[in-house]
Amino acid sequence: MMQLQCPYCGVRDEMEFRFGGQSHITRPSPEATDAEWADYLFNRDNLKGVHAERWYHGFGCGRWFNVLRDTSTHEMLGVYRMGAPRPALPGKDGETP
Amino acid sequence: MKGYSFYSILKHGMRRKPRWPAAWHDVSPQRSYDAVIVGGGGHGLATAYYLARTHGMRRVAVLEKGWLGGGNSGRNTQVSRSNYFWPESAAFYDRSLQLYETLSHELNFNVMLSQRGILSLAHSHHELETMRRWANAIQVNDVDSEILSPQQIKKLEPLINLDTRFPVRGGFIQRRGAISRHDAVNWGYARAASALGVDIVQNCEVTGFDLRNGEVRGVETTRGSISTERVCLAVAGHSSQLAARAGLRLPITSMSLQAMVSEPIKPVLNTITMSAVIHMYVSQSDRGELVLGGGADVYNSYAQRGGLPLLEQNVAAMLELFPVFRGLRLLRQWAGTVDISPDTTPIMGLTPVKGLYINAGWGTGGYKAIPAGGETMAHTIVSDSPHPLIRAFGLDRFATGRLVDEGAAAGVAH
Repeated sequence: MMQLQCPYCGVRDEMEFRFGGQSHITRPSPEATDAEWADYLFNRDNLKGVHAERWYHGFGCGRWFNVLRDTSTHEMLGVYRMGAPRPALPGKDGETP
Repeated sequence: MKGYSFYSILKHGMRRKPRWPAAWHDVSPQRSYDAVIVGGGGHGLATAYYLARTHGMRRVAVLEKGWLGGGNSGRNTQVSRSNYFWPESAAFYDRSLQLYETLSHELNFNVMLSQRGILSLAHSHHELETMRRWANAIQVNDVDSEILSPQQIKKLEPLINLDTRFPVRGGFIQRRGAISRHDAVNWGYARAASALGVDIVQNCEVTGFDLRNGEVRGVETTRGSISTERVCLAVAGHSSQLAARAGLRLPITSMSLQAMVSEPIKPVLNTITMSAVIHMYVSQSDRGELVLGGGADVYNSYAQRGGLPLLEQNVAAMLELFPVFRGLRLLRQWAGTVDISPDTTPIMGLTPVKGLYINAGWGTGGYKAIPAGGETMAHTIVSDSPHPLIRAFGLDRFATGRLVDEGAAAGVAH
């Protein structure tokens, strides 16, 4: 079982959380083309390796936060609040083969 | 290829040392091919087979990073059905089921297809109403489906407990729904393709593409460069990685989907029983094991292992419907990396790169689509235009907005 470090409540089991997909996706301007809009709505990096993603502590404080997690090992590498920039992970960024 | 038959089993069985020839040739890659299929799972092997069989293409290679059928093709729960809501889906999946119905003869390999029927349960009046609409749409799509009363369900599946927390109000069945042996499907396609001259290369990972002016000229692999003008990606959960190497972004999320089997018992289940509400399905394999599965672990994962909370929920749901299995032990549990698309409809056909074709986005239901997936992709590769059955499944639908939203429309239980 995975455990996540909620920045407000501490370490809790994964069942208390809901996954919210890739972080830091910016909504394009209203002038966006169909292709840009489709890219925003549907396309994802779907990284194998370190992935910045949003989680929601539904059965806890009810707040959203960001997690850095390795999608090939499920290792938790960092937690940061919504609106904060993604912290650097020296030597760990990038995809694993 | 030596044909398999009752006589050949008898002949080899009588020998003190049976001399079964290798089913397919594992070869080293040549320097150039007419078409290269990336991914040696069911879809890749079937595509190569139909390229050779239907279109007479002889210089075809299937490149597999690991071993043949070692990904989702060997990890699924072996269900084939065509009870889909939208006409586009129904036409495609029913073609696939029809091909399954004759596949053992086509491949001279017994895939052990057993059309025992797939039974979907409704746990409320409203769900039953939705199901009636669904079953009716399936009939309009020219596919068999029947609404069943709780009494008919009990007669069909005597061990079932209808008095669950949300009691079973009815259900519907597609009687042609089937299970088969997934290894046999992989090996059967590999053997038949190999006999037609297709090169099956294992332990050969594609690491990049040779692109010139937006056109495919070849692939880079861990076993050297190969020149070709047609490449088909059939790599399921790793579609995003491979497509990124050709400069494409895909609307795919990779997640773990788990399944499990119990210890083997005598035949007790007659159908594949599925409940969307409590989210599980179960069938009994020919070996006697109960095969069960449910939802995917809903977060990005390439770990090929499922989480324990979902396993517990899955088993609990099964025991709610079949309390009699309470004493059984689980034998194995595993997971595959599935490629979920936004509308739970596959992504098939052309890409913005000329000569690069894609067969992905199967999510939790690619096994049932193997024969038709191979047949339609072979046609698409040869004619450089999508087969009529997969025209609605193109990558361009996300920009045009013409989605085929099976998840919402049919309440597809995974």
